[in-house]
Amino acid sequence: MVVTLRPKRSFWVPVDAECLTPDIFAGKSSREITALKLREGNRERALGELFEVEGEGGATPKEVSIQVFGDVRKVRRIGARMSAGEIVVHGDIGMHLGEEMTGGRIMVAGSADSWAGSMMKKGTIEIKGDAGDYVGAAYRGSTAGMSGGTIIIHGNAGNEVGCFMRRGLIKVYGNVGQFAGMHMRNGVILVRGNSEGRAGAEMTGGRIVICGSIPSILPTFTIDSVRPRVKVDEEEISGPFYMFVGDLAEGGDGRLYVSQTRNPHLGFYEKYL
Amino acid sequence: MAELLIKNGFVYDPMNNIDGERMDLAVKDGKIVENVGGKGVKIINASGMVVMPGGVDIHSHIAGAKVNAGRLLRPEDHFKDVEVKTAVTRSGVGYSIPSTFTTGYRYARMGYTTVMDPAMPPLKARHTHEELNDTPIIDKASYPLLGDCWFVLEYLRENMIEECAAYVAWTMNATKGYAVKLVNPGGLEAWGFGRNVRDIDDPVPHFNITPREIIRGLCKVNQLLKMPHTIHVHTNNLGKPGNYVTALETMKCVEDLAKGDKPVIHITHCQFSAFKGSDWRTFESGAEEIARYVNQHSHATLDMGQVVFTDTTTMTADGPFQYILHQISGNKWINHDVETETSAGIVPFRYRRKSYVHAIQWSIGLELSLLIEDPWKIYLTTDHPNAAPFTSYPRVVSWLMSQAAREKVMKKINRKARRRSLLPSIDREYTLREVAIVTRAGPAKALGLTQKGHLGVGADADIAIYNVNPERVNLSKKYKTVRRAFQRAAYTIKNGEVVVKNGEVVKSVNGKTFWVNVKASPSIIEIAPTLQREFEKYYTVRYENYQVPTHHLAVSSPVLVEARV
Repeated sequence: MVVTLRPKRSFWVPVDAECLTPDIFAGKSSREITALKLREGNRERALGELFEVEGEGGATPKEVSIQVFGDVRKVRRIGARMSAGEIVVHGDIGMHLGEEMTGGRIMVAGSADSWAGSMMKKGTIEIKGDAGDYVGAAYRGSTAGMSGGTIIIHGNAGNEVGCFMRRGLIKVYGNVGQFAGMHMRNGVILVRGNSEGRAGAEMTGGRIVICGSIPSILPTFTIDSVRPRVKVDEEEISGPFYMFVGDLAEGGDGRLYVSQTRNPHLGFYEKYL
Repeated sequence: MAELLIKNGFVYDPMNNIDGERMDLAVKDGKIVENVGGKGVKIINASGMVVMPGGVDIHSHIAGAKVNAGRLLRPEDHFKDVEVKTAVTRSGVGYSIPSTFTTGYRYARMGYTTVMDPAMPPLKARHTHEELNDTPIIDKASYPLLGDCWFVLEYLRENMIEECAAYVAWTMNATKGYAVKLVNPGGLEAWGFGRNVRDIDDPVPHFNITPREIIRGLCKVNQLLKMPHTIHVHTNNLGKPGNYVTALETMKCVEDLAKGDKPVIHITHCQFSAFKGSDWRTFESGAEEIARYVNQHSHATLDMGQVVFTDTTTMTADGPFQYILHQISGNKWINHDVETETSAGIVPFRYRRKSYVHAIQWSIGLELSLLIEDPWKIYLTTDHPNAAPFTSYPRVVSWLMSQAAREKVMKKINRKARRRSLLPSIDREYTLREVAIVTRAGPAKALGLTQKGHLGVGADADIAIYNVNPERVNLSKKYKTVRRAFQRAAYTIKNGEVVVKNGEVVKSVNGKTFWVNVKASPSIIEIAPTLQREFEKYYTVRYENYQVPTHHLAVSSPVLVEARV
């Protein structure tokens, strides 16, 4: 069943919309959904006060499809802890999208703010535009990053993509900021564009593939070999790639693949092979 | 102030030998009185409910520089537990290290009204009191850390007990402290040089004094000053296998100082000091040995430090121990306060059911409190937040009261730990009277708080009412009912005012801060010039600025003692 949400007005302060998930909408009538509580700044509001609601939730979360229209850049935590079903955002979305989600699918036609898919466990997030910082990262202070699922970003992503990532896949078709795959334990990050550097800092496992350029490799990584291609999620990506191992400062065994052709300034590593 | 009449509750007041009698309680002007009458008496119908004195917590790290550093270290701890503001309460965050306001509200919701913060570096007294001022509803106090203070070490090395007593008296006044706290005596000073002490006879580097001499010396000082509480000791070697010997040695070393039945030493969070075995593989419980000793002697009191399987934050003034914990767990850590004559450490920690060591630790706490026959000797704590946040007290109460509740946990813990635990052989179940002793009357008595922990005429009207009917409910079978009742007090009355109703805070009041005011004697004035000179020489703070003025406390409540110095 499709539930459509349209903001009644523009928001100035953050709206904490933890209730906006298929799990909570399931089995609720349109009236019940309207009565759900969320917070705008420090005020408690009913969902119906802020959004125009159409449609009702299906019997199970799996049957629920939430369609969000309009300007929801201030709306946070949409799809938090969702286990099934679908959320489609026809525009830009605020922070903490799909936080700790355990299943289901989120589609964003525009861009997402920081913390998209942070601590997610399963499911899929696809963002057509850009994403902010901390995609699939652990919350500050925590070491429990993304532990499963897939995040696909068609635009660019910010800093610290996949911080403390433990499993799963993050694909970025654009560029990434600094510290992609920081503290990474396992899983795969594929960057089709460029990296601003410091990729894989303190990583102890997992793989980072950078098909574009990178200013430099951290000194705590050592070159291992040149690989003609890399396989990511059934997909063969042709290189050649320099393969680095690190982060040795952490005794790590992570793999950092960097395009050879796009990074001629890293050619000096070849003499250590 | 309004008058209150609490009608028909089952009253548990062990200090006055009232054991579940159905009776009325009258409250006037914040005190318990014989009776009230006339118009305007507010009546609380407590029929079918349990009425107890407000809870007293003898050891809970709720304020101070180290607690605050722990808050800074753990944003992920705040993130998962958020309290929204209401008309009467402020917002707050924190599961294992809640913010100050949340701490006050959560204690009140469980029916606790008096809480002791057990570790205040004297130099950080101002900070500690500022946080305590912001901790609403509950009455509180803080124990200055004196076991590694340079003045104390030097006086005790020269065996100058009277001078040391004068210094301790001055410190109590200066820091607005309540009791003498020793944490790993001598070991923290050694930690300043990257070392630790091995046992209570291992001399402290550069000071040529042993932990035994520090413990005995401060115990004598404590008696000389007639302090309301005994010395409050976190033993040497805490958290190491085989340390139950050290705990026993520590209790034994002051045995001869006891006069009559009065306790002279409090061993805090004893669970962490009751480890047997030579390493983590041969690790087992030493609860039986400690319980045997405590059952045979009357000079020592303990508190549990009960482990609950959860994600928490360990923080003690025991830097060397925390460093080991940091190495074992691989978690982030902070070493704090080394410059303030102590050395706190903070490490986030998760107690896991399936871990052999953690499961044994869980068992030790309960074994101690079930094997020690006299509930007046052991009190309920979780050493908040070290073994668990204080919000798990109701869970601990249900374990004490119900063998079924313990068995349920036993089924889920590490198999080897289950085989070695003594718990299946213990069928003791606490009665409500015993629960009232370990959670209020006992700690109040040990702390010398004569107004607290009982409901006799003249006592402070701090009352907790729990919605559980001991006549209808089988407490040992329906442990979940008990737990829920203790989680959300039906009423908490603080100083004669209803502050909590049905588990929700309905009024926020300021609690008192207790401190020991040792009546000025000549020797305190005599040591002042020496202190001033030493401050000029060694301290980064001036003698005058070091002292916390009375007006710095939101509600100052000095406890006057007349020293024999």
